[in-house]
Amino acid sequence: MTDAVTFRAPRNQWWDVWDQFKTHRGALIGMVVFVLIVLFCFVGPLIWRVDPTAIPSGRELLRLRNQGFSLAHPFGTDNLGRDMFARMMKGGQVSLAVGIVGMILSILLGTLIGVVAGYFRRADGVLMRLTDLFLALPLLPILLVMSMLFRERLSALFGVEVGMFLMIVTAIALTSWMRTARVVRGDVLALKEREYVLAARSIGTPPRRLIVRHILPNVLSPVMVSATLMIATAIITESALSFLGMGFPPDFPTWGRLVADGVDYLQDYPSRSMVPGILISLTVLSVNYIGDGLRDALDPRIRGR
Amino acid sequence: MFTFTMRRLLLAIPTLLFIALVIFLLLELSPGDPMSDMPLTIPPEVRQQMRLALGLGEAWYIRFYKWLYLFSVVEPSHVLANMTGYDWLRVEGQRILSFQTRSPVADIIAQRLPQTLWVVGLSYLFGILVAVPIGIYSAYRQYSWFDQAGTFVSMVGFSLPTFFTGPLLILIFSIWLGWFPIIYDTTLVVDSWANFLKQLRQMAMPVFVLTLYNAAQITRFMRASMLDNLTQDYVRTARAKGMTERIVVLVHVLRNSLIPVVTVIALGIPTIFTGAIITEQVFRVNGLGALLIGAIYGSDIPMVLTLSVVFAILIVLFNLIADILYAVLDPRIRYD
Repeated sequence: MTDAVTFRAPRNQWWDVWDQFKTHRGALIGMVVFVLIVLFCFVGPLIWRVDPTAIPSGRELLRLRNQGFSLAHPFGTDNLGRDMFARMMKGGQVSLAVGIVGMILSILLGTLIGVVAGYFRRADGVLMRLTDLFLALPLLPILLVMSMLFRERLSALFGVEVGMFLMIVTAIALTSWMRTARVVRGDVLALKEREYVLAARSIGTPPRRLIVRHILPNVLSPVMVSATLMIATAIITESALSFLGMGFPPDFPTWGRLVADGVDYLQDYPSRSMVPGILISLTVLSVNYIGDGLRDALDPRIRGR
Repeated sequence: MFTFTMRRLLLAIPTLLFIALVIFLLLELSPGDPMSDMPLTIPPEVRQQMRLALGLGEAWYIRFYKWLYLFSVVEPSHVLANMTGYDWLRVEGQRILSFQTRSPVADIIAQRLPQTLWVVGLSYLFGILVAVPIGIYSAYRQYSWFDQAGTFVSMVGFSLPTFFTGPLLILIFSIWLGWFPIIYDTTLVVDSWANFLKQLRQMAMPVFVLTLYNAAQITRFMRASMLDNLTQDYVRTARAKGMTERIVVLVHVLRNSLIPVVTVIALGIPTIFTGAIITEQVFRVNGLGALLIGAIYGSDIPMVLTLSVVFAILIVLFNLIADILYAVLDPRIRYD
């Protein structure tokens, strides 16, 4: 007879992670703020249908420029009468896109190098030397030189905006993969000695499948944590480049560019550099809090306490 | 230990050579032309002569070799001679000249270094002095309101980019309150109390911005390291022996938790020279960061190359120092 055995459906481990994540108040608030900012930048333009690059003509220009906060222009207008609210959305789209794509590229590169270095002993020495070498590079100067270098060429190939986007994203990835690679290599070195890897190898699993099926899923948590932190790094790097005038072209809004443009008008119209500055700071702050929460949630020693 | 240090020093040489080569080749490819500032009326053959005068006529590997020789032999000899006052140390002959000013790169760097060292170095020092006590107390009273506030402030300081906090401070303290000048005056000579006060006032904002950033990072490390140590068995033993709380925390725990923090601090020292590019730009501090930016805009290849390689040397050197410090402070670590 079938007794009433209480059978609980196996619980996905990600639910445990989510439960732990929920207890971190900062991380939860950070996530809400981040989602709101993403919605503002990507859904906002569908509702607020004002062209961020439209310059009013004739007498309108004189009337509409340098306006303060109002219902028609929630963040005012700039010195050419462009709507700052729409520019903030457009700038956010670029900054967030750079942050996310830069993060993905950097994580892919870092994980690839880390896994190869950790798994194949022959590649280890060379790749780790390479990592040390990259860590010793003075990054901001190199980024500036790279951006000076490829600006024209890529702009000619893909058009100004796409060209600059590709360049900045690649530059960020090339200069930020080292930490991920080190963490992943360390983890892979430890995982390689585990029994289940030995078991998998003894039944003839080829290295490629061994890595994809058995090792990669287990290095996922440190990679996820560094991925969130990488978004913050990428956004700050892009903004710093734009702030120094080495990023996107002047008429193309990104948050860093808007801060830089606003600094010239700091005395008369402080909001113009403060609002994008606050948006960058909020984004980075929320992303860092999410990273903190994820680190706690993915650590099985803390989970369940 | 000695063999380890020697081996690392020897390994640093090919690393630095490679970095110098990479930066050199990057600059070689760059589209910037040092002649682009010259008037367009200069005839092409004169233009060609001017290029030759800048040393741009030869193949890249010859120029790289020449630069390397000047950088590693001639320039250090002049720097040494200036520092010690012995003129016989100087190696005569060509020096690395900046395209923009036509004066030796080393001299310009020596002119700019004090501003950077004062502003950025002071802020690093203040950052450490602020961060260590906050980190200790935060960890000791984990989850107290002080810890919550400290963690929040350090998270904010760590997340806010300096190109936002800089203008924010300018707005509040220079424009609204009028306490501090907006622009850093490099020509100010401190020879009286009034000028000393002036110097203090113009340094206040850039130093504060960088202190906030540095302190935020070091506090996080200090707190985490203290937390790791506070739960160790030896702490319980010390308490069981009847030591006062003060001695347990400030002697037993603090000494052990400072080990990783000291290495992190050593690792961060190169950023005193490189990391303040944006802050210097915001406050118009005429230091090394501003020099580098100006050189990049002006296609001043010798300047960019020399500065970047100097930065790379600092990074490699302090990485090594951090490793050695780690072994000196922690007898459990042995590299041999």
